[in-house]
Amino acid sequence: MYRILKKETLAPTIKLFEIEAPLVAKKAAAGQFIILRIHDEGERIPLTIADFDRKRGTITCVFQEVGKTTKQLGTLNQGDTIKDFVGPLGLPTHIENYGRVLCVGGGVGVAPVHPIARALKQAGNEVIGVIGARSGELLFWEDKMRQACSELRVTTDDGSYVRKGFVTDVLREIIEEENKDPALCVAIGPLPMMRAVCNLTREYNLKTIVSLNSIMVDGTGMCGCCRVTVNGETRFACVDGPEFDGHLVDFDEMTRRSAIYKSPEKQALELFNAGINHKCSCGGE
Amino acid sequence: MTAERRPPKTIAPKKNPMKTQEPGKRSRNFNEVALGYSEEAVVAEANRCLQCKNAPCRQGCPVEVDIPAFIKMVAERDFTGAIKKIKEKNSLPAICGRVCPQESQCEKYCTLGKKYEPVAIGRIERYCADRELATGVTPQETMPSTGKKVAIIGSGPAGLTCAADLAKLGHKVTVFEALHVPGGVLMYGIPEFRLPKQVVQTEVNNLKNLGVEILVNNVVGKSTTVDELMSEGGYDAVFIGTGAGLPYFMRIQGENACGVYTANEFLTRTNLMKAYLFPDCDTPIRIGKKVAVLGGGNVAMDSARTALRLGAEESWIVYRRSRNELPARQEEIEHAEEEGVNFAFLTSPTKILHDQDYWVTAMECLRYELGEPDASGRRRPVPISGSEFIMDVDTVVIAIGQGPNPLVPRTTSGLELTQKGNILADPATGATSKPGVYAGGDIVTGAATVILAMGAGRTAAKSINAYLQGNGGD
Repeated sequence: MYRILKKETLAPTIKLFEIEAPLVAKKAAAGQFIILRIHDEGERIPLTIADFDRKRGTITCVFQEVGKTTKQLGTLNQGDTIKDFVGPLGLPTHIENYGRVLCVGGGVGVAPVHPIARALKQAGNEVIGVIGARSGELLFWEDKMRQACSELRVTTDDGSYVRKGFVTDVLREIIEEENKDPALCVAIGPLPMMRAVCNLTREYNLKTIVSLNSIMVDGTGMCGCCRVTVNGETRFACVDGPEFDGHLVDFDEMTRRSAIYKSPEKQALELFNAGINHKCSCGGE
Repeated sequence: MTAERRPPKTIAPKKNPMKTQEPGKRSRNFNEVALGYSEEAVVAEANRCLQCKNAPCRQGCPVEVDIPAFIKMVAERDFTGAIKKIKEKNSLPAICGRVCPQESQCEKYCTLGKKYEPVAIGRIERYCADRELATGVTPQETMPSTGKKVAIIGSGPAGLTCAADLAKLGHKVTVFEALHVPGGVLMYGIPEFRLPKQVVQTEVNNLKNLGVEILVNNVVGKSTTVDELMSEGGYDAVFIGTGAGLPYFMRIQGENACGVYTANEFLTRTNLMKAYLFPDCDTPIRIGKKVAVLGGGNVAMDSARTALRLGAEESWIVYRRSRNELPARQEEIEHAEEEGVNFAFLTSPTKILHDQDYWVTAMECLRYELGEPDASGRRRPVPISGSEFIMDVDTVVIAIGQGPNPLVPRTTSGLELTQKGNILADPATGATSKPGVYAGGDIVTGAATVILAMGAGRTAAKSINAYLQGNGGD
């Protein structure tokens, strides 16, 4: 059992857990992920590591409540335990001094991009961070990102905070600016965002690393559920990734494969929501 | 012949039948298919044994169980003696009695089999094991502690056997398991209807009672490494039994379409994650109306039969050789046929077709004929040119085999591998190129059987014990 030491609500549907898992924390590096299972009947879901503290023996995960499992996860509180928690899985981000790099986080993707930006800066890079969300209330970790980056730009889709525009708009501005010449871009967020970033950076021949949050079961290369076509070859996001050269990823296939369980997921969520309402209507206060 | 020297006895030409769930009913549930013998049936079956002095059956058993001895005890209704006799050689009899390919092992050499059906050795073994599980297992004796520590990587049949043997010899054994429950392929691969998970967990608990520590959620190669276990962890020896955890693909177009599963994923979702209980269990699985399973081994049979139980209207085994070459266990083929699994022999897909949303709609297949025998001794399938045809399917399960999972081999220094990535180990000892590190089971041999993995686990345990007594690291 793995104890939740801290819970924070970062945005209305975005939660942060700091989880006690010393063995995972001992090995964790930027770019890797964990797989957790809430209880005995639960499914195994991968979450990218948002932070780790080797001294405290903790892993920080940030997740958005989308389906049944993440909603249920969100109902847990500080002091509660999670049945299974395994990692660190996947390959760590390759860190070296490239010179100037762009770190783009969209929505809940700001969380996993944070330790990567921090590691890149520590390696001597000038890190320009770009974070964005649909609206201001969904934006989080501006302060942490400001600290992890040399420079940070913020945008919102609806213009409710700082400025209006997609992360790609900001990205284009930076690339077009004189003397900016970034050597690498790291982009993490929803699939359409990563795809849009790749379409943009391809124009400038700017190498772009994306982190794919495929559907997984074991996370150790055994089941092949997370397979993705990269440069015409089948790769496993769990052991060959989760990071890949975004210009080589088949996003069409990736998007379709991510939606395989859309209808059972919907069913599970409806049942879960009905269950909660049921509890409220007859349980009383 | 041994039999002729014995006083004549009337021998039933056929095995005593074992009750099974009725095919029409069982193909829609996940309960165990084969229900086991009654006491009367097992005694009657034991009495069919000729008690041959040279015991040819034993040469077919990878762990050399004293088969005539335990069968004699069963005939005399000494069931406690019988299970004790089996367990001298086989620590997981409830599992072997269910999943061993007896027809190509012990029963293949049964003298009776020359004229009649062989003695149903597997069914008798299963009865003895089940009877003991039902009445409570007598704890096995362990030797005094040696103070030596052994790490076992993987809790499948090889690891469990190796762990049990070493614990009995007084060593401190820790098993590292990547998944959230121990058992390996016995849990994620072999279906509930063939091997109830309760049976596996009972065997795992017996192991814990021997003092073995099992750490789940621990991926060696990620959470820690073999090298670290030996340096920082203080383990005097390591056994690697990580199995065949890497799915092979056909390498044909359309394999990543939605609705194409590897058998590993299909079976893991169903067995380990209990997708058949969705939405009571959270893991979903998508099953179409017409399922094609590619391959002809036990994993393929398990997948095809699972597909029916998940609600498929039609389930097809698509195999490029003919029925005679099917590598699956005889009983599984028969059970699959009884349950209504269809077989497309001498057929193999060349392409998986999908719609614009990437969902599988059909396979383009080619017909084959059998040519000369190949390296495996089976007649080589040769494609018939121009025989392309379309097979409408909406789910495809690829069950053409598994290779070695590279996580442990890649992260262990000084470990020699084969070209395919299997660990090189001496078959007589299990020793690898790295001192103190032993390996066995599918990670060494490539995908094989539960009993062969157990045999390798046992062999390695003997060598590890000798190694620890000799120069156990201090």
